[in-house]
Amino acid sequence: MKDKVPTASQQAAAPVCVDVPRRISPGRLALQQLLRRKLFMFGVVVVILLVLIAVFAPLVAPHDPYGQDLKNAKASPSWSHPLGTDTLGRDTLSRLIYGARTSLIVGLIAVAMSGAIGMAMGAVAGYVGGWVQSTIMRIIDALMTLPMILLALTLAALLGGGLKNVVVALGISMIPPYARLMNAQTLSIKEKDYVASLRSMGARGNRVILSHVIPNAFPPVLAFGTMQIGFAILAEAGLSFLGIGIDPPGAAWGAMVNEGYRYLLTNPVLSLAPGLAIMITVFAFNMAGDGLRDVLDPRLRGMG
Amino acid sequence: MIPMKHLLEVRDLKVEFRTPVGTVKAVDGVSYHLNDNEIVGMVGESGCGKSASQLAIMQLVSVPPGRISGGQVLFEGHDLLQFKKNGPEMRAVRGGKIAMVFQEPMSSLNPVLKIGDQLMEQARAHCQLSRREARERAIELLKMVGIPGAERRMDDYPHQFSGGMCQRVMIAMGLCCNPRVLIADEPTTALDVTTQAQMLQLMKDLVERFEASLVIVTHNLGVVARYAQRIYVMYAGRVVESGTTRQIFGRPRHPYTLGLLRSVPRLDEKHGSRLIPIDGMPPNLIGMPGTCAFLSRCPFVIDRCRQDAWPNLEEVEPGHAARCYVNLEEVTREQVLA
Amino acid sequence: MTGYLIRRILQAIVVLILSTFMIFAVMRWLPGDPILLYISSDTYARTTSAEEVEALRHEFGLDRSVPEQYVRWLGNALTGDLGESIFRGTTVAAEMGRALPVTIYLGFVSFIVAHLIGIPAGIISAIRRGKWLDSTITVLANIGITAPIFWVGILLVYFFSLRLGWLPVQGFTSPFDDLGKSLQQMILPVFCLALGPLAGATRTTRASMLDIVHQDYVRTAWAKGLRERRVVTKHIIKNGILPVVTLGGMAVPMILGGSVLIEMVFNIPGMGRLAVEALFTKDYAIVQGVVLVVAVMVVITNLVTDLSYGWLDPRVRIR
Repeated sequence: MKDKVPTASQQAAAPVCVDVPRRISPGRLALQQLLRRKLFMFGVVVVILLVLIAVFAPLVAPHDPYGQDLKNAKASPSWSHPLGTDTLGRDTLSRLIYGARTSLIVGLIAVAMSGAIGMAMGAVAGYVGGWVQSTIMRIIDALMTLPMILLALTLAALLGGGLKNVVVALGISMIPPYARLMNAQTLSIKEKDYVASLRSMGARGNRVILSHVIPNAFPPVLAFGTMQIGFAILAEAGLSFLGIGIDPPGAAWGAMVNEGYRYLLTNPVLSLAPGLAIMITVFAFNMAGDGLRDVLDPRLRGMG
Repeated sequence: MIPMKHLLEVRDLKVEFRTPVGTVKAVDGVSYHLNDNEIVGMVGESGCGKSASQLAIMQLVSVPPGRISGGQVLFEGHDLLQFKKNGPEMRAVRGGKIAMVFQEPMSSLNPVLKIGDQLMEQARAHCQLSRREARERAIELLKMVGIPGAERRMDDYPHQFSGGMCQRVMIAMGLCCNPRVLIADEPTTALDVTTQAQMLQLMKDLVERFEASLVIVTHNLGVVARYAQRIYVMYAGRVVESGTTRQIFGRPRHPYTLGLLRSVPRLDEKHGSRLIPIDGMPPNLIGMPGTCAFLSRCPFVIDRCRQDAWPNLEEVEPGHAARCYVNLEEVTREQVLA
Repeated sequence: MTGYLIRRILQAIVVLILSTFMIFAVMRWLPGDPILLYISSDTYARTTSAEEVEALRHEFGLDRSVPEQYVRWLGNALTGDLGESIFRGTTVAAEMGRALPVTIYLGFVSFIVAHLIGIPAGIISAIRRGKWLDSTITVLANIGITAPIFWVGILLVYFFSLRLGWLPVQGFTSPFDDLGKSLQQMILPVFCLALGPLAGATRTTRASMLDIVHQDYVRTAWAKGLRERRVVTKHIIKNGILPVVTLGGMAVPMILGGSVLIEMVFNIPGMGRLAVEALFTKDYAIVQGVVLVVAVMVVITNLVTDLSYGWLDPRVRIR
């Protein structure tokens, strides 16, 4: 864990003189600094809130998100319907809350899937090297030739649409960054002297990977993964906006934006509210991921 | 205009750095001076403030998180610290009257500019030379520092030079505009031993030729022994001993200086005698107590050291001052006799 | 340098083949026989005999193995024949010939706008670090990446078209037909498309500049007493610009991906909309064609980026 020593004092007082007071351990120091960053706390709080809302959606939502009430269709915001109703008289707020479920499920599973597969591919590629590495990395490059949205859209549509296929499509489309990250990490750790000395003492390859490579690579991947959840949610929203994703009458934020587009002049809330929800969610995950990354891997700070 | 007794005089300089864990007093009241045609050594271990004080002279300290919190730097009748940080007066001094050579030569040169351009930009900034004149001067300087094929090398990039050659280029840049003072911050640390010797000799010769003064900042006593006329020993942000090289090496009066001398191998030592390292660790410069900073590592501690504040620099003989309550000469003489 | 170039080009070709094959294979291995879909569409509403089905299958080459079909497709593609759109009755090449220029036009303008604003913003943000200008720019950049661009488009349409009536809601006109109208219609879509790359450019430039500012050679430049302007241009920016080149490379896939959504929001007849429509009508020939063209564009962009970087950085260029 690097001490936060200002670069200027490298010129003057090398870290030797500025050791951290012995009472605070590096882990606690990191936690303290994290807590101090307001945006990070905001992100974490919002994420936790979202998860709670999604899990307890039936309790939180004021109405049944699928309950139609055609007499009350396209109503403006009121006390019983804080965000109004849509064309079929369904309460917008309730649908928004249930939409959180869709987004979070897709986001988390897609990232978990792409992370697991990508890291595995990257670790194997980096460790084994040779033609295995070349092949794997070429496949990764091939996945990267299509913009993520287009690839996910194509795969999801070809597989037939529906929530499961969206998750699979996203899970596949988001593999490349993990694979590359793991590959690079594995390569650099492989080069390190201590691995060579371990192997010269007879440690087997898999053990080396499992006990050294993966734990070392994990922190930056964790931070990265948190931010990727945000992007996965963004992608899912895009897909459901285009009409691929949860089948009606299911609630998904992107689809709600699309449905509301037609009534933009009369009921802008229908379209604008879900979009705002998406943005806040993605922002929260990004802030959380940013903070994690600053702590776990300061080298990547600021690099988008 | 302030009347000048010396070429450069630093009075009670203070530099501090804000860190997440507290304020580091990197330079805590440092005073020294430099005369014409003189070579002075600033010696101390990493983090004692020797480099920070040199950067502060030219206001090169990164202002957040660093800060020059006090003191005066008197040069050519003005206090340099009163100049605006990037104002025309300060800029005229930097590189023009006082030049600095840094520790890592390979990373101290701009990788995307040709060597010739880097030399020329300085010449044109300070000496008002035309492009052609600047180019000629640059080539001449490269030859002076001993770079073979100088003219061809003008169009090369830094990564095409070795470490030693990069350092020579840095020296050339430093001397480009006939500065009065050349400050070399750990000029040889990144080089191998043979090159070190060449570099120091080169600097000495050039500085003599240009009639300038040289400040060598280093942690290596051997370096200053041969070349410096006067030495300042620094510890924990202050000068703890100052004097001529003879005085410092022959009759050190501060326990830290003594410790440094004992821990360096000497060719004339008896076979089988051991090196004596200094006990303990360098101090944490955050929240320093008022007592002597060397207290925990000093083998000559007396009660007074623990009770009173860190002593001031007291003259122990003409031209030789030390910051210690103990008369080291007497104590060591007793030890030897005992 | 030429050896490097040739190797990279070969790599690029391999990757292209891999990616187009992957999509090709997924399409062929799907449940759902395209022939049956074909004959169940309006044009062939009558019942078809088994022999006719087989004949159709043979005609479209669907009775061969997947790799064989791919090679056949690839061969045709290289001569410019990308097949026919089953549902539109036109050639794939014709459809793409109509749609591609539109997307490229919008994408190009967005790219320029994004970098013309983003790079200076990043530089200013770095130089005035910590001041309010930096914070504002950073926050805006953050919004740029987190906001869903289709929603931003809709939001803008709400304000600028419906409420204020300043700009048209949707549509596309070629600049050659009516420049004024074309520009008006372009403003909102370009803004949306440029948002992501702009945010990326700002952040990367800022990070790069901040990193450079602490480098030893910048300290040397200050120590030489040079003017601030010279230090910033010749020493800081000249070094900081290198990562931004790589960044430009990433902007292209971002814009192409964004086009899929933006063209649907603003009803623009470009490649994005073409791809979406083709996917929904299961018009696989078009999908394959779009995939090929997009992949080629991305691969070429990457190649150009790599080579530019190599050329700009003297450490790579010389020896």
